Amino acid sequence: MTEIAVPEMSLVVLVGVSGSGKSTFARKHFAPTQVVSSDFCRGLVADDENDQTATPDAFDVLNYIVGTRLRRGLLTVVDATNVQWDARKKLIELAKSHDVLVDAIVMDVPEEVAAERNEARPDRDFGPHVIRRQHKDLRRSMAKISRDGFRRVHVLRGADEIEAATVVREKAWSDRRELTGPFDIIGDVHGCRAELETLLRTLGWEIEPGATGATHPEGRTAVFVGDLVDRGPDSPGVLRLVMGMVAAGTALCVSGNHEQKLARALNGRKVRVAHGLQESLDQLAAEPEEFRTAALAFMDGLISHYQLDGGRLVVAHAGLKEAYHGRASGRVRSFALYGDTTGETDEYGLPVRYPWAREYRGRAMVVYGHTPVPETEWINNTICLDTGVVFGGRLTALRYPAKEIVSVPAEKVWYESVRPFAAPGHRDPGVLSIEDVRGTQHIEVRHGGGRIKVREENSAAALEIMSRFAVDPRWLVYLPPTMAPPETSRLDGYLEHPAEAFEEFAAAGITRVVCEEKHMGSRAVAVLARSPQAAAARFGVADGTAGAVYTRTGRPFFADTTELVDRLRRACAPLMDELGSDWLALDCELLPWSAKAEGLIRSQYASVGAAARTALPEAVAVLEAAAGRGLDVGDLLDRTRRRLTNAARFRDAYARYCWPVSGLDGVRLAPFQVLACEGRATAAREPHSWHLDVLSRLADPLIAPTRHVSVDLASQESRDAATAWWSALTAEGGEGMVVKPLEWPGREGAHGRGGGTGAAVPEGRVQPGIKVRGREYLRIIYGPDYTESLEVLRRRFLGRKRSLALREHALGLESLSRLADGEPLWRVHEAVFAVLALESEPVDPRL
Amino acid sequence: MLTISTTVRPATDLGFLLHKHPDRVQEFGQSYGTARVFYPEAGEERCTAALMLDVDPVRLVRSRGRSTPDYALGQYVNDRPYAASSLLAVALADVFRTARTGRCDSRPELAAGPIPLEITLPVLPCRGGPEMAHRFFGPLGWTVEAQAVPLDEGFPEWGDSRYVRLSLRGEVRLADALNHLYVLLPVLDDAKHYWIASDEVDKLIRAGESWLAAHPDRSLITRRYLGRRWALARTAFARLAELGDDVEEDLEPPVEEDPAADPGPPADAPPSEEPAGELPAVPAGEPPAAPAGEAPGEREAAPKRPLNVLRREAVLEALAESGAHSVIDLGCGSGQLVGALLDRPEFTKVAGVDVSAQALAIAARRLRLDRMPDRRRERLQLFQGALTYTDDRFAGYDAAVLMEVVEHVDPPRLNALERVVFGAARPGHVIVTTPNAEYNVRYDFLEGMRHPDHRFEWTRAEFQAWAAEVCREYGYHVAFRPVGDDDPELGPPTQMALFGRGSAANAGGGDD
Repeated sequence: MTEIAVPEMSLVVLVGVSGSGKSTFARKHFAPTQVVSSDFCRGLVADDENDQTATPDAFDVLNYIVGTRLRRGLLTVVDATNVQWDARKKLIELAKSHDVLVDAIVMDVPEEVAAERNEARPDRDFGPHVIRRQHKDLRRSMAKISRDGFRRVHVLRGADEIEAATVVREKAWSDRRELTGPFDIIGDVHGCRAELETLLRTLGWEIEPGATGATHPEGRTAVFVGDLVDRGPDSPGVLRLVMGMVAAGTALCVSGNHEQKLARALNGRKVRVAHGLQESLDQLAAEPEEFRTAALAFMDGLISHYQLDGGRLVVAHAGLKEAYHGRASGRVRSFALYGDTTGETDEYGLPVRYPWAREYRGRAMVVYGHTPVPETEWINNTICLDTGVVFGGRLTALRYPAKEIVSVPAEKVWYESVRPFAAPGHRDPGVLSIEDVRGTQHIEVRHGGGRIKVREENSAAALEIMSRFAVDPRWLVYLPPTMAPPETSRLDGYLEHPAEAFEEFAAAGITRVVCEEKHMGSRAVAVLARSPQAAAARFGVADGTAGAVYTRTGRPFFADTTELVDRLRRACAPLMDELGSDWLALDCELLPWSAKAEGLIRSQYASVGAAARTALPEAVAVLEAAAGRGLDVGDLLDRTRRRLTNAARFRDAYARYCWPVSGLDGVRLAPFQVLACEGRATAAREPHSWHLDVLSRLADPLIAPTRHVSVDLASQESRDAATAWWSALTAEGGEGMVVKPLEWPGREGAHGRGGGTGAAVPEGRVQPGIKVRGREYLRIIYGPDYTESLEVLRRRFLGRKRSLALREHALGLESLSRLADGEPLWRVHEAVFAVLALESEPVDPRL
Repeated sequence: MLTISTTVRPATDLGFLLHKHPDRVQEFGQSYGTARVFYPEAGEERCTAALMLDVDPVRLVRSRGRSTPDYALGQYVNDRPYAASSLLAVALADVFRTARTGRCDSRPELAAGPIPLEITLPVLPCRGGPEMAHRFFGPLGWTVEAQAVPLDEGFPEWGDSRYVRLSLRGEVRLADALNHLYVLLPVLDDAKHYWIASDEVDKLIRAGESWLAAHPDRSLITRRYLGRRWALARTAFARLAELGDDVEEDLEPPVEEDPAADPGPPADAPPSEEPAGELPAVPAGEPPAAPAGEAPGEREAAPKRPLNVLRREAVLEALAESGAHSVIDLGCGSGQLVGALLDRPEFTKVAGVDVSAQALAIAARRLRLDRMPDRRRERLQLFQGALTYTDDRFAGYDAAVLMEVVEHVDPPRLNALERVVFGAARPGHVIVTTPNAEYNVRYDFLEGMRHPDHRFEWTRAEFQAWAAEVCREYGYHVAFRPVGDDDPELGPPTQMALFGRGSAANAGGGDD
């Protein structure tokens, strides 16, 4: 019985004449979707599996399907005769272009057997000469098929052997996804044995006497990023320790370019002795032959990268772009060993490397070494751990999954660097890729939403606003979501009333809500750092700014927000102390409305007011004259007089939110939520009572307090009190209030406090807040005379608005969580951009 | 509302002329409400007819359906129920249909000749203020009294509203008077015309065409109408504007809009009398339909050849010298340069990129993309992109042009633009033009910068310092060239930088 082993992710090419049993074999050993047959493709393009004129088109389709599957990393079997060299060559090239291995399975049956089988099939009406020709091609191929470029060619001779054969899947060597750590990933050692031992001990490892192995009491696994050898004082010592750890299963090691070259040298190949190779060769020469042999075998056997922890972690010596994770090809190995070189060399004669990490968008964390850096820096979920210990820098480890950096200094400069080692790093100017935001996007969110779709046309509208008007994306960490009103009130004279909001939350199983005064101004997000240095460290903004205040669409509030930012930083300094953070982001309302919206108020609201208050008195006069003549215009006259009163109320409604400001004089800011600070997306973690409490302690004349009452929904009395509070608030001209659940049912609090109030309400279905707007305020929204048409206006549809509010809320929390987790800029921006894009969806803007 | 009075004797003959009885209140249903005609006075000496529109804003909105592009906040809070807008013009045409033709069987001689008339519009939206009302109605034989309505007495600093109280007095044939109103109300109106169906707008303009021919301001009138048409497809953008408490107009992309070059109304419409091409010089007091980077003064200072034309020619010349065959115009606006590039066969690959979908739509229309021959079409790519996001589609061109673009980018975002263009796309040549701030003193009426969307304007020294820094960072060399009159002290109105990749030693072209 023959056992055929094919790689788990590979292309398998079946080779055999028509009638050799390829399709039967494929059906028996592979899933139907894994097999792509030329007959099937011929059928697809010609409605006839045997239409030979369709063969070129059929193979176009076959190649496309195979290519797509391989790009997606799926095992694929090609069921076609493949008896000719050029047919196989195309498939091999296709596999190589997707960096997967390719095996051939040859089915060699006697010509008569094949002919007999074909005769039994009425749809195969080609004559025996076709089989003969194919057989001849196969014979010719067999002689040199092993040189075609297949990883392995499996040959099955005769029907019996084919029948008896079994197929097994081989895991790729790089695939160690079953290992979940925790890991200690260690940067380039370069023969610095003493520093390695110090680092391991610092990490809690116990080194065996003689330094031939090490174990961690908590069962951690060490992962070496390669370049154990060369340049340093004791490459054999490092090898001995690591080899022992790998053999004992307490460590993994990927190959570095230095191991690769040293192994070639030891194998007697001609290599240029440079970059510290001589040191290793000399040191190894002093070792016993037995050790040299073992070390060579170890280095020869190192593979170029590992996929770990379910694919969430990739370790490769020089890093690896996402398309290469888990793949096998010459160029994958070369990328992993040498990085993405451009082929050019710099002024020191060292290869110029393409900054692949800046464009990295993969979900897996990639940890690597190879290029010495003065400081480790996360770039798009990748990190380089080579901190140049051999050049007198440090030896660095990354603890996974904690993402903690641990390093020990070099005991001395062991080797002089050709290139100035501490050259200032190139600061990333915060450039994002159009692919991060263009077209239809699906954003995964952790708080209550799964995946949120952004449509292409909405992305397009947002792109324009974002790129023409928004502040630097590094400051733009959040955009506020929209908020839905309650179900429409049936109460006489009202469109919105607190009763419906309370009822909605009660029905969702929420027992306590907080009612917050809704300030009527312009929504503002303030991102503040303690100092420009803190801003540079946390946000990478190095132009000396220490914060930003921007609108709902990301525009800076004023032409120059420096003064406002500085005042707010001073006002919030105690809060930063309390939070133990060098920065924070606040959700606020900036007052007065006219400070930002004066243009809009003048062109829209005041204009309508002026037109109404000028036109209506004249209309009344004309109607009065007509009535005086005995014409029947009484009803119209009454109504016009009423409208005159409405016009005056409308004017008062907007004028209340306008007052002159000069510089910051007259400007007030009402913060109502701490969005995030270092390590904590507080908006997602803390109850509203916490937010109101910490914010109430801000003492600065610039800060306006947010009045609020909390409501026990089980008590009618409590509801009535809040309703009365709302009535008073809106009668004074207030916009209204926002009702929010006091604590999220089921959401984990910041201090391990479970919110569990009993009811299991799925987050993501309950509105995060409901705004209840006042009767007079709504004139600004629905027009001066809206109270005349309440019946018609009650036919409003909240569904889209409510869905939008939930999606935007989830995206807002997502951007803050990504920020707090230290995720790359593009990840934060993706969620922020999506909020702006969703805001351009056509939803009734009055809701 | 509008009132029409006459002092012809007997004044009540007005009823015959209007075909509406003075002692009745007559109602005419409209999609958005009711139009009423009645007479507040009807004496022998003087008779006044009032046309009063009862616009229900809720019905107005609902009658248009939610798929219409004007699904914006302004629908309920709008001046249509109070102001004499295009809705009133349409109602007037409907209610006084016969009177407008001049036919009156019972008083033919009265209908045929001028009679003393007084027309009052208490609230007329009048873009350009009272003066514009004088300009439009004066030449038609009216004595015009136009008074600006203040915006809000509580906020005197806000000034006047866009409305005027208008009275017209004169000896005018009634049918002509009605036609004047019918045509001019929508033209004076500041609002986008989407409040009424677009075919109504076309009807209005077509009806006015013959009559407009004799008006001294006919092209201004036509342009005002055409200039507002683009507003139709702007919903998503308008929503975002409102959301940020911004006025949509303030966010308009700085697109060079030239209505005369617009293919115009669909094929069934008669060809316009006005040939595509030169509009008269922009009159004083009228804000120009400012092309990108074009100051009010720029035209007056160089009456012979507009600066934007000189600029385009300078860029084309520089491109030709560079030997580039493929060119990407980053910030192509309405596509003038792209069109010029396509006209020259040596440019085998041309791309136009703009961040504004509206600009691209205008460009596609101007370039007649849908009717472009295949051979020409194949050379062209037109797509949305932003200069602050790296974009693989920007790569692979011999030359990139940033014509009057950098000054629209906030200074803190310039380093992102540099990275995107010089670092990532890395074309062999980059041509950058931008205003020379020093030259601004030459523009008499200019206050501040040349375009409201400009985030900065550089002096020559500032521009050159920026360019030098870009060269150092990304490995380019640069030469500078003036565009327009090169003032010995102030320099040219437009400055141009020609960047080439690599060191200056192996560079050709460029004089400095």
